[in-house]
Amino acid sequence: MTEQMTGAQALVRALEHVGVDTVFGIPGGAILPAYDPLYDSTKVRHVLVRHEQGAGHAAQGYAQATGRVGVCMATSGPGATNLVTPIADAYMDSVPLVAITGQVASGAIGTDAFQEADISGITMPITKHNFLITNPDDIARTILEAFHIASTGRPGPVLVDISKDALQATTTFPSWPPAMQLPGYRPVTRPHSKQIREAAKLIAESRRPVLYVGGGVHKAGASPELLEFAELTGIPVITTLMARGTFPDSHAQHLGMPGMHGSVAAVGALQKSDLIIGLGVRFDDRVTGDLSSFAPYAKVVHADIDPAEISKNRHADVPIVGDCKEVIAELIAAVRSDGRKGDYADWWTQLDSYRETYPLGYDRFEDGSLAPQYVMERLSALVGPDAIYTAGVGQHQMWAAQFIGYEKPGTFINSGGAGTMGFAVPAAMGAKMGRPDATVWAVDGDGCFQMTNQELATCVIEGVPIKIAVINNGNLGMVRQWQTLFYNERYSNTDLQTVRRIPDFVKLAEAYGCVGLRCERPEDVDAAIQKAMEINDVPVVIDFVVHQDAMVWPMVAAGTSNDDIKFARDMAPVWDSED
Amino acid sequence: MSRHTLSVLVENKPGVLARVAALFSRRGFNIDSLAVGPTEHEDISRMTIVVNVEELPLEQVTKQLNKLVNVLKIVELDPAQSVQRELTLIKVRADADNRSSVLELVNLFRARCVDVASDAVTIEVTGTPDKLEAFIKVLEPFGIKELVQSGMVAIGRGARSITDRSLRALDRTA
Repeated sequence: MTEQMTGAQALVRALEHVGVDTVFGIPGGAILPAYDPLYDSTKVRHVLVRHEQGAGHAAQGYAQATGRVGVCMATSGPGATNLVTPIADAYMDSVPLVAITGQVASGAIGTDAFQEADISGITMPITKHNFLITNPDDIARTILEAFHIASTGRPGPVLVDISKDALQATTTFPSWPPAMQLPGYRPVTRPHSKQIREAAKLIAESRRPVLYVGGGVHKAGASPELLEFAELTGIPVITTLMARGTFPDSHAQHLGMPGMHGSVAAVGALQKSDLIIGLGVRFDDRVTGDLSSFAPYAKVVHADIDPAEISKNRHADVPIVGDCKEVIAELIAAVRSDGRKGDYADWWTQLDSYRETYPLGYDRFEDGSLAPQYVMERLSALVGPDAIYTAGVGQHQMWAAQFIGYEKPGTFINSGGAGTMGFAVPAAMGAKMGRPDATVWAVDGDGCFQMTNQELATCVIEGVPIKIAVINNGNLGMVRQWQTLFYNERYSNTDLQTVRRIPDFVKLAEAYGCVGLRCERPEDVDAAIQKAMEINDVPVVIDFVVHQDAMVWPMVAAGTSNDDIKFARDMAPVWDSED
Repeated sequence: MSRHTLSVLVENKPGVLARVAALFSRRGFNIDSLAVGPTEHEDISRMTIVVNVEELPLEQVTKQLNKLVNVLKIVELDPAQSVQRELTLIKVRADADNRSSVLELVNLFRARCVDVASDAVTIEVTGTPDKLEAFIKVLEPFGIKELVQSGMVAIGRGARSITDRSLRALDRTA
């Protein structure tokens, strides 16, 4: 069952075969041959974005909301380089992404031809793998390989660069699926049983264990196993920025988020722990703080699907390479067969005192202006845990992580590792297209929003009614917070003056055909959110004008020890007297 | 810090060397020497990489290399259990008066004279880095005009081959 067709047709046919239903992209010279058969495809919907960065982040949002591979497409040169940021972002956050780019004709490669960029060279350190195709016979098989690599093992971005002549030439479409040629690619998913038994033994013997849960647990679809394991053992749970919602916030065993802006209880649990069970985590510097003083009493069980993460930053006493779903299922079985039950009563007393003494909190402003944290609390209360929330990067992202209650996996989509400003709007668009049934809220900052709001045009035209809460403090707020704390309040180039309404976000929303709302006082927050919830045919932008002096607390200053966490400015928790 | 010799079997495809080199530079690992060439199997190339790192970073080097899709296998070769060789070509000043002294050293080091001119000879020598270093030292007084050195290549002693299993993996996908 072979068929003659152009390379471009083979590309579109292969995309249909691997199950792609949505591609975000922008055409251009080198990729043009691919757009012709794409025009005819009834299975693949191409979404014409306004900037390739938007295509990449939309594909990430789609991937994270659905668990499937997100796909973006761009032409050679600047089209491809505009994808670099989302590709790097997907690499840092292990998001399954396939980026397809046109390349100049193979004979012109290396001649500095018009719109030529060595995108496979450029993306080498930020992709899981990439391909440069100049032979049309390779297109179908390579697409299959790209999707396989992107979605298996530790997920990640794969770039497929195809020369224009390969798209134009005639090829024979192989019988599907073609045999993959990836002899060096063998991800390990099955954990080693000896390590599992060793972990179960440590769990039974520990007195102060903590489950440090990361994005790998959600990616493995292991939330049900995690819940069972946590309840079986009674061990406290902390969820990283990439794992918010993987374990229900409302659960009594949940201590919050660890890290630079984590809860005192979560940070304290790590620091005082005698056993850290790290699941799908990478001991990132934003979690550990100063590495040499991180969790000084803890033995470490570290499970991850990527062997290179284990003992990269913190030595693992028990290394477990495997998919978290299998790892946790086997840990449950091992703990059951070990039969011993750990005694964590004293530990819980200690942790409960942290929770009670140092809950998350914030200051309200006496002048009646709006506290951004209050907006998050009301969003959480009125919109609820069934919605998907995306965030940009900065203060609003941290408040969204702290003050919105997440109960379900995959309901908080944000840029964790790379910290890419402008992520929220296109990611929300992609999430909504992948999950049209879900309500999708983008929590954005006024700085972030100005980086990627052009995708509102795409949302309106494509009928993607997302909702955007712009937390407008008129500043690059997180940078300003650091200037307040570490640069003597010298506010060098952080004042965006957005509160002067340059631009006016309400008018901007209206210019795009969205509904624009503004809210400046706490008493108006509920009405604004409710109004936005009633509008489901076009996107809604709410300009929440908030006080510029609100800060994100708690905070572990960069490079310092987790022990030196402050729960408010110059306010350090009192740890136990015995320490 | 200590020197480690890694034999890395890779798919013989364009860009693989760039991927390996880029990985070392991105992760901040230093390469002491690198040699790459074909093997007995046309689909497999072999890189011999000498790195100067502690035990823990070495583990990271190996794990990160293993993540490259085109890398088939990595083996660390123990100097005591392997043959390790570098090749050096040296152009040294030598005229009628001192040529015989130079040639005497060439014989002592089991090197070979591969080109002769009226005022210079070119010498080919292979061996371990220690031997080559010693040889260069004794030639220095004559005046070294030019020197070029290959990366180290190495192979394990005994009958076992590190390519066998990787070949089977390739055959399966063919």
